[in-house]
Amino acid sequence: MVPIRNIKREKSRYAIDLVINGDPYSLAVKANALLLDVLREQLNFTGTKKGCELGDCGACTVLLNGKPVNSCLVLAVEADGQHVTTIEGLEKNGKLDALQEAFINNGAIQCGFCTSGMILSAKALLTSNPQPTEQDVRKAISGNLCRCTGYVNIVKAVLSAAEQEERTSHE
Amino acid sequence: MNKGDYAVIGKSVPKIDARLKATGQALYVADLKFPNMLFGKVLRSPHAHARILRIDTSEAEMLPGVKAVITHKDVPAKKYGISPARYDENIFCIEKARHVGDKVAAVAAIDEQTAYRALKLIRVDYEVLPAVFDPIEALAPGAPLVQEDYPGNINVEVHQSFGNVEEALQRAYYVRKDTFVGHRTYHSPLEPHGSIATWENGKVTLYTSTQKPHYIQYYMAHEFDLPMGNVRVVAPFVGGGFGGKTGPTDLDFSSVVLSHMTDRPVKMLYDRSEMFAYNRGRHRLIMELSTGVDRDGKILGIHANFIMDGGAYTGNGIATAYYSGALLTLTYDFENYKYDMVRVYTNLPGCASQRGHGGCHPRFALESQLDRIAQHLDMDPIEIRLKNLRKPNTVTVNDFRINSCELKSCIETAKKVSKWNNKREGMPSGGHGIGLAVGSYVSGAGYPIYRTNLPHSVALIKVNEDGTSAILYTGAVDIGQGSNTVLCQMAAEAMGYRYENMRIVSADTERATHDFGAYSSRQTLMSGSAVKEAGEMIKAQILQMAGEMMNVDPTKLDCRDAIVFLKDDPSVQKGFGEVAREHFVKKGLLLGRGSYSPPKLGGTFKGSTVGTSPAYSFAAQVVELQIDKETGAIALKNAWDVHDSGMVINPALLEGQVHGGLYMGIGEAIWEEVRFDQNGRILNPNLGEYRLPTALDLPMFHASTVESSDPAGPWGVKEVGEGATVPTEGAVANAVFDALGVQIDSLPLTPEKIWRALKEKERSHGT
Repeated sequence: MVPIRNIKREKSRYAIDLVINGDPYSLAVKANALLLDVLREQLNFTGTKKGCELGDCGACTVLLNGKPVNSCLVLAVEADGQHVTTIEGLEKNGKLDALQEAFINNGAIQCGFCTSGMILSAKALLTSNPQPTEQDVRKAISGNLCRCTGYVNIVKAVLSAAEQEERTSHE
Repeated sequence: MNKGDYAVIGKSVPKIDARLKATGQALYVADLKFPNMLFGKVLRSPHAHARILRIDTSEAEMLPGVKAVITHKDVPAKKYGISPARYDENIFCIEKARHVGDKVAAVAAIDEQTAYRALKLIRVDYEVLPAVFDPIEALAPGAPLVQEDYPGNINVEVHQSFGNVEEALQRAYYVRKDTFVGHRTYHSPLEPHGSIATWENGKVTLYTSTQKPHYIQYYMAHEFDLPMGNVRVVAPFVGGGFGGKTGPTDLDFSSVVLSHMTDRPVKMLYDRSEMFAYNRGRHRLIMELSTGVDRDGKILGIHANFIMDGGAYTGNGIATAYYSGALLTLTYDFENYKYDMVRVYTNLPGCASQRGHGGCHPRFALESQLDRIAQHLDMDPIEIRLKNLRKPNTVTVNDFRINSCELKSCIETAKKVSKWNNKREGMPSGGHGIGLAVGSYVSGAGYPIYRTNLPHSVALIKVNEDGTSAILYTGAVDIGQGSNTVLCQMAAEAMGYRYENMRIVSADTERATHDFGAYSSRQTLMSGSAVKEAGEMIKAQILQMAGEMMNVDPTKLDCRDAIVFLKDDPSVQKGFGEVAREHFVKKGLLLGRGSYSPPKLGGTFKGSTVGTSPAYSFAAQVVELQIDKETGAIALKNAWDVHDSGMVINPALLEGQVHGGLYMGIGEAIWEEVRFDQNGRILNPNLGEYRLPTALDLPMFHASTVESSDPAGPWGVKEVGEGATVPTEGAVANAVFDALGVQIDSLPLTPEKIWRALKEKERSHGT
């Protein structure tokens, strides 16, 4: 649980500051507003998907200070002062993240609804464990459901992105 | 032409929309916003069966921010459905609610929270009625009547007889009769259904998460007495369908009405539990199956006697009733077949079509029974299948014409890649099992859902002014399977153009072209046929123009990879773009048109159209697993699918379909089941308790294909999307049979059932 810091209360709204994909945002949110809804409805980061609102499917996964969370289970006020990474934040200077490339090239995307959350869970894994085993990958994405792929090509994509990153770092 | 001779098809090009999806830019219904948009919600019945005595909406209407509240009084009373033969559903319940979650009223408000609050202020007085949840109980005299127009709760009966089954079973060396139970499962696409309606000058535009824009347009026009031209239906990016997004939802109807009343766009979304309440997933099926074989294991006759729990509404279920028997004849050659089916109404959410529509549960029954027969005859399961195998260019006992069929090669390849012989005989019986099952599926339904002589698919290609891009317009719907990619590959191949320069406008009844949409695994063959014709029309015009420009006979020219060249001397070339530009200047817009209607198919008996198709896919699957005898839990070790899909346009996408098919079949075989309490309330309407397999539950799958080509498909294509789910439940069940030596007759194969079967076996061996 993230400690909620002193927040100024204004007419049932709370002023919060978020750093989303490296950019600062100051906004007022309701006490019960979910991080998911604030991202999607207030800030238009619609790449974060709403699949179940119960923390079961993982489609709404974002990174909070680098750790994957179901944004449907996080209150926006809890995220105050913290760093949020959404799928929109992975592309850097017009260049896709190695995971995004790998998902495209390994046929790991079908309907695409799980893709954002899946990539972000994988991103957190590769950040902490750059050379994961197949089992590591399966464990890291086990909170992200995919109804289309049977996870086969997703697992392949994550392993291939890890390999790619490894090669790049040796160059 | 060899596979290697194609420039664009037969290659695993990346999906045309993969980058949009990988970056979060792809917009699904829930992501769309319109100025002044309202948010709507539907009020649902808490009772499985209840008379609606009074609905008081006055308090809800007075809540600030509420813009409209509607009940059955505000909408047409006309019934709707999917097949006109069984229109049995109203936009909102009129006299009574027929299942928990049945739709009673709807509101539109300025935001979601206000809409929810308004729902709580609607007062409904119900008189709770006795309800029925089991199809056999529903058939008993005196059972509560779910639909007043259907006495005895009989929704549809099917009785088909070919040859003489009684006589065949009499002369059989061995007759086996089993009763299997297939369970109620749900598609669970990751994207919940959603609709946004908006009106302008008497025309409504409906953005909806659907597999079938054309039919939704048709149903809306029918319900609201509008010309088709005043209804535009758009499917934006769709987050999976699997057969669950093939009918109109209460969101579609309510948003259209609420938007009309408020003159504002209205957005409505299902939450996860509402999806389970809408359901339309796989039927629970009680399957009595009698099969007679001769001494060598040749099937002499089969009698399938089935009862289906249809739930409270029909939807696509009437097709399921026919498919469930019709498709059993595809894989094996036998002359005597009888199919009896009763689809029964109960006070549960309606069931309809789910991936492998009508194929999966019956196939589980037949493939399980064949393994038992093989054991009785001391035959290998593969041997008995090879003995009865469907051959190419044959006609099934129920009049389906099979062109290509490489089932033999599928089975033999599966046997080889799975190392069947070693594993079947060589492994110790400590809970290890390997099982095989086969399947077949239609490559598009031979007939549309309502009677019409419209072509099944139409395509239009427009080349831009300088030839640097071409736009394919198609009504086909990409729900994730990759039809937009495959159709662009086909267009480019036919045009002699490049995939990278293709653009596509699809799934829009106004901005794209007519097509029946994504169901019955139809688009690669049917939409593809129209696209190929359109592409060839472009190519003919390009060659004609190039001939004029180069001063040669156009028949001496060809075009490939966007280069026109002299066939006899390919170094003499002209760029596609240059020719296209010249065409635009001299002759006007460069357009290609294509259209596809299947030939007349099938027999003349009642229901003979269901199951007809221009071509059928075939597959063999092998599943290997390990059972923990202490807990009864299954650990999957391996799964193989070998497919006869005809010519493969995009091998990577085909593999993706096979992986997904295996995934759904395995999930249903072992974990997934929609469960209810004694009052008809769903016990597990969420993705935590409706147990979809996670990445930790599954091994890598192995997908492969065999050489095949079907004359009915463009370049020889056939389906793969649903066929890969058809054999899976049977393959898992047969692997469990191999592991335990006892078979379990009902799905899913839960640890409890397995544990009990093992205890039962120990007990009977002990005495």
